Amino acid sequence: MSLTGDSPLFPSGGAHVRAVNDEFHGDLLEVSMGPHHPSTHGVFRMIVTLDGERIVKLKPVLGYLHRNHEKIGEGTSYLASMPYTDRLDYLNAMTNNWAYALSVERLGGLAVPERAEYLRIILAELSRLQNHVCLAGFLLQDTGASGTPLMYAFRERETILDLFESLSGSRMMCNYQRFGGCRVDASPEWLGQVSTLVDGFGAFLDEFEQLITGNEILMSRTQGIGVLKAADAVAAGITGPLLRAAGVGYDIRKVDGYGLYNRFNFRVPLGAHGDTYDRYMVRILEMRESITILQQALRDIPTGPIMDPKAKLRGFRPKPGESYGRIEGPKGEIGFYLISDGSANPYRYRVRPPSFVNLTVLEDLCLGHTIADSVVILGSIDIVLGEVDR
Amino acid sequence: MLGSGLLQGLAVTAKNFVGSFHDPKRLTTVEYPEKRTVLPEAYRNFPFLVSEKAEDPMGTLRCVACQICEKECPPQCIYIEKSKDKKPDATGKMQIYPAVFLIDSSVCMNCQICVEVCPFDAIKMDQVFEIATQERFHALLLDREQLAKPNSYFHSIRPSEAAEVDGRLAAERKVAEEKAKAAALAKAAAQAKPVAPKTEPAPGAASPKPQNPA
Repeated sequence: MSLTGDSPLFPSGGAHVRAVNDEFHGDLLEVSMGPHHPSTHGVFRMIVTLDGERIVKLKPVLGYLHRNHEKIGEGTSYLASMPYTDRLDYLNAMTNNWAYALSVERLGGLAVPERAEYLRIILAELSRLQNHVCLAGFLLQDTGASGTPLMYAFRERETILDLFESLSGSRMMCNYQRFGGCRVDASPEWLGQVSTLVDGFGAFLDEFEQLITGNEILMSRTQGIGVLKAADAVAAGITGPLLRAAGVGYDIRKVDGYGLYNRFNFRVPLGAHGDTYDRYMVRILEMRESITILQQALRDIPTGPIMDPKAKLRGFRPKPGESYGRIEGPKGEIGFYLISDGSANPYRYRVRPPSFVNLTVLEDLCLGHTIADSVVILGSIDIVLGEVDR
Repeated sequence: MLGSGLLQGLAVTAKNFVGSFHDPKRLTTVEYPEKRTVLPEAYRNFPFLVSEKAEDPMGTLRCVACQICEKECPPQCIYIEKSKDKKPDATGKMQIYPAVFLIDSSVCMNCQICVEVCPFDAIKMDQVFEIATQERFHALLLDREQLAKPNSYFHSIRPSEAAEVDGRLAAERKVAEEKAKAAALAKAAAQAKPVAPKTEPAPGAASPKPQNPA
């Protein structure tokens, strides 16, 4: 492809009008949205072809944040990859850590003590709460509810990040899980703080829903917009809240029962229409279910060790073999596929990122809608570019 | 009724607006840098080297230049050169010391792995986050003089962890001293008895292990 002339990828003068004689009457306008566009949640670029205000073609351009994550993982020790996984989906370091630790534990045959499993569940559900609350804020910002819901959401997210910081030392780059357990034990005071937060979180959700869920403008902007059919979602390998909003009851916490999720009593909310509003509501309902999981975990958490005594920090060399560890992250199935050749670093290190796979249906969701809707649809997919580009 | 959802939402914003004047839960920001929040004890950002005495930081570094942190550091931001000679450490034992110890804090990603793998409790995470400089390259490459901070400073930022480390090190030193004493006694006994000296000294009487990896 030539880099000059009227190549669609690299228009010489930025967005420009082109006369195209095809079945769409009138001129099509090609707009390059991003990579530095605030609505794209990072460095993501959409080349949108418009007929009037309607989208007739959408081409996502990825890779601006590519930083060789998988190759770095193959060159360093198993332990040294752990802090890098924080930087994949940088909103959910705790669940990324867990998925990677799970995969390495399967490779090395390590058992996780019960208290560590409970701590992991508590941290993963807190992570889900702050991811969904963040998503709700950003999604409403994208619809034009400028500032207010986002600030309310961030106020609540900050209390959860403070808890992460006082436990792991960092708000977002937690680097908390280890193979065979967790790095530091939670004090009773910390668990008490979590319990206070969980008790108050329902009231916050009530307030947030009163603020915006019944809002007529939000409904007209999101209902019937970006409908994802269940069959299409399954065919494209969509996971997480996107899939459940399309009405498919698939939650890895229920399907795999990894960790100790089998012991917990919770429901999986499903959507009926698969539109943007359903995707928003599924997340709100998931937060309410996370609260019940957290309450059960805080009630039942046992005392005891938090590390497998067989686990060692340095010089970890698993037997040759392969493993795949996946968990239900807040954005969908986050998985790590590892092949060991018996040396100190993995032979192959592969990440299965939920955001990237979920992004593949973006064009299907956007076709026929307006350019303003494409921003909202992209917001409802919930991508983090650190994970999409890796 | 059309518009009732809108009005309900406006009621929430009104409640928050009024609440921000008297309810601290609804007013969460502070006027940095005049006011600051209290950092939690676990907060970490960049590593520093622990020295035993504030008045002689280079002579009492706990680091023995074993280079484990250099090998394990994920972004490879540590550079160590071992000394050719040995110097007495804080307990008087002859040790190798780091002739050069560099940390490139523009590369460091604050992951704490160097702290976890260090068997000598010689490197710990600091809590100073205001390290912006005018100079882009060399000002952020910290050498051992800039990295060394006394143990009393470690106590001031992380009292409970520092107390735990001090207790553990003291216990290890006591064990090592007792071993050395027992070894000396065994040696003296062996010298006093000239007959059959080969079977007498215990194998543990050789150099006692300085410290156990944590």
